[in-house]
Amino acid sequence: MSASTSGATTRPAARPTVLAGSAAIGEAMIAAGCRFFAGYPMTPFTEVLEHMAARLPEVGGVCVNAESESEAIGMAWGAAATGTPAATGSTGQGLSLMQESLAEIVHARLPLVVLNMARAQGDYHQATRGGGHGDYRHLVLAPCDVREAVELTGYAFHLAEYRRSPVLVMGDYYLAHTHVSVDVRPTDFGPLPPRDWALDGSSGGTGAAKLISPLSDRKQRHAGDRADAGYDLAEFYVRRGAALERMVAETEPRAETGFLADAEVVVIAYGTPALYVRQAVSDLRALGRRVGYVRPITLVPFPSDIVRAAAADARVVAVYENSGGQMVDDVRLAVLGAAPVRFIGRLSLDPSGFGIAPDLDVGAMRHRVEALFEPAHETPSR
Amino acid sequence: MSASEAGRDRDAPTPAGRRELPILTTTHQPPTCGARLVHDFTPDLIDVGAHHLCPGCGEPIAMRSMVEQVTELGQVNKAIAVFGIGCYTAYSNNLDIEVLQALHGRAPSLATGVKRCRPDTLVFTVQGDGDMVNEGLQEVLHTAARGENVTCLMLNNGVFGETGGHMTAATVLGQRTKNTLDGRDAARHGHPIRLANLIAELDGAAYVARGAVDNIVNITRTTRMIRNAFRTQLRGDGFSFVEILTMCPTGWFVDTAAAPAYLANTHAATHTLGVLKDTARAPGPHAAPEGTTAWPA
Ligand code: SF4
Repeated sequence: MSASTSGATTRPAARPTVLAGSAAIGEAMIAAGCRFFAGYPMTPFTEVLEHMAARLPEVGGVCVNAESESEAIGMAWGAAATGTPAATGSTGQGLSLMQESLAEIVHARLPLVVLNMARAQGDYHQATRGGGHGDYRHLVLAPCDVREAVELTGYAFHLAEYRRSPVLVMGDYYLAHTHVSVDVRPTDFGPLPPRDWALDGSSGGTGAAKLISPLSDRKQRHAGDRADAGYDLAEFYVRRGAALERMVAETEPRAETGFLADAEVVVIAYGTPALYVRQAVSDLRALGRRVGYVRPITLVPFPSDIVRAAAADARVVAVYENSGGQMVDDVRLAVLGAAPVRFIGRLSLDPSGFGIAPDLDVGAMRHRVEALFEPAHETPSR
Repeated sequence: MSASEAGRDRDAPTPAGRRELPILTTTHQPPTCGARLVHDFTPDLIDVGAHHLCPGCGEPIAMRSMVEQVTELGQVNKAIAVFGIGCYTAYSNNLDIEVLQALHGRAPSLATGVKRCRPDTLVFTVQGDGDMVNEGLQEVLHTAARGENVTCLMLNNGVFGETGGHMTAATVLGQRTKNTLDGRDAARHGHPIRLANLIAELDGAAYVARGAVDNIVNITRTTRMIRNAFRTQLRGDGFSFVEILTMCPTGWFVDTAAAPAYLANTHAATHTLGVLKDTARAPGPHAAPEGTTAWPA
């Protein structure tokens, strides 16, 4: 595929422009080299798809309107296998349909960026534990605003290719629909390994034709003319397991922290709600409350060391999520009983999917955090 | 086959709608020395000749026809095969063709992604009826409807062979499988889906055919169908599809030697053989007319 650069350089996106979050993420994908996108409309992922459908052809790329989410990720899987930087995504339920393929793509070692423009935060377990089969992991990034989403989208393409693995970017409804002034341009995250694994048909007939499979990365040709010349699954899975472990261990966990120095109460939140938590915490600081916060930016790997350090001298650690409480598990694992961990979030089960709004109220959050200073919260809850 | 059957007009259709070649008498005497290999007929692109598939299985024959056509059309270093999941999956290891392994049913979507990014390659899927008609019906129908310029090959034996012989959506009425022990019954198990017929209805499909590998005539015809399907793709005409009826003596619980006749009398009676659609009309310079047994030059 020839990727024309003219579109990318002449578009206004190359300088600060007011864009909706979904368009900004789309531009960030294009700036990062994405030339294949497939998706199926589902609010609030829809606008990303619309943007890519309009923009990718202008830069020599391809956007396919898939007939379902499972086909969208299948198409992206095929595109990724050719070495084309590719992305797909959906919203919560759509991602559920994609999990089957996502699990296989991890084992097939293909770079792919997957967006979850989630409606609230109930997809945390889906994103970080996975809903697919088998023993797989992939990296997960969680921006809190449009500018960070632009940066992390570029980083996701870099990580995906560097690690030859899918990377999931957790966006949300607010992120998709907020208009901000952003400067989308390619960021250099460092050198990438060659794409010598990609399929183009040319290795056929050489005696070493390439294979991309969740079952193996090489054909067993040296067993001679024997019927047992099959895939060596055990050997492959051991290698894959070690590589996944290495990927998680070697990727730097990221988190934003604030007011931790003498914090008695530490609040942990990620994504859009973290902005409200940050405001509530700084309001309380202004009132003299010793409260701090940690905002995980990488959900996999989870910034456990940062959370553990923040909890070391705290009286109580609180987790805010716009869900029934899912990241709270990771926080408890990080804190390991050093301080009681309280969940102060709210369920978001609004079937319309737009229930994120009523709970995002700085005043309400401030009250919940303030309540943590009462003695009842000092006993461990676990 | 009896002498009277052998001597009948070879153009007269049998009840299953097939024609058979007459058996020729020979004056050769039994060999006086032991057998030895005089020539290895394994096609170039099959680099491990031995395989795990059962004796009498039709899938290796279909696979052979496929790789021979990749070679004959000069596509050896331009071909990307997308494999589904079934017994044939083991064969992805034996081929000296680039392979992308898909999940059950998803191969046409992967093929779409591959072809859109590498329009200069020959992209084809290899799937079974369980993979394609059960799990992946939506994917293949939409890929055909979009007119994706890829070729899908379906190895139809009417059972989930790999799981040990269970009913698929293509299993014919009356067929006994592990979960239709008294035979597939329309009232209880529904009717078989004739996939090639469904696909032929779609405007994006340019070439649709159904062949079989139960005898040399049908193998030759099937090979030509695969060739025409690949040529459809190479011309950029749109979606091409060849369904290939294959023997599964193991899954059918039928003697290996009886499996070709079982295929002809049961499967081919429901999934009838022939070219269902060829929008190119004008056959290329090497194509023999349909219905002849000549090997394409
Ligand atoms: S089970 Fe059937 S399809 Fe599978 S290898 Fe044996 S004969 Fe072939």
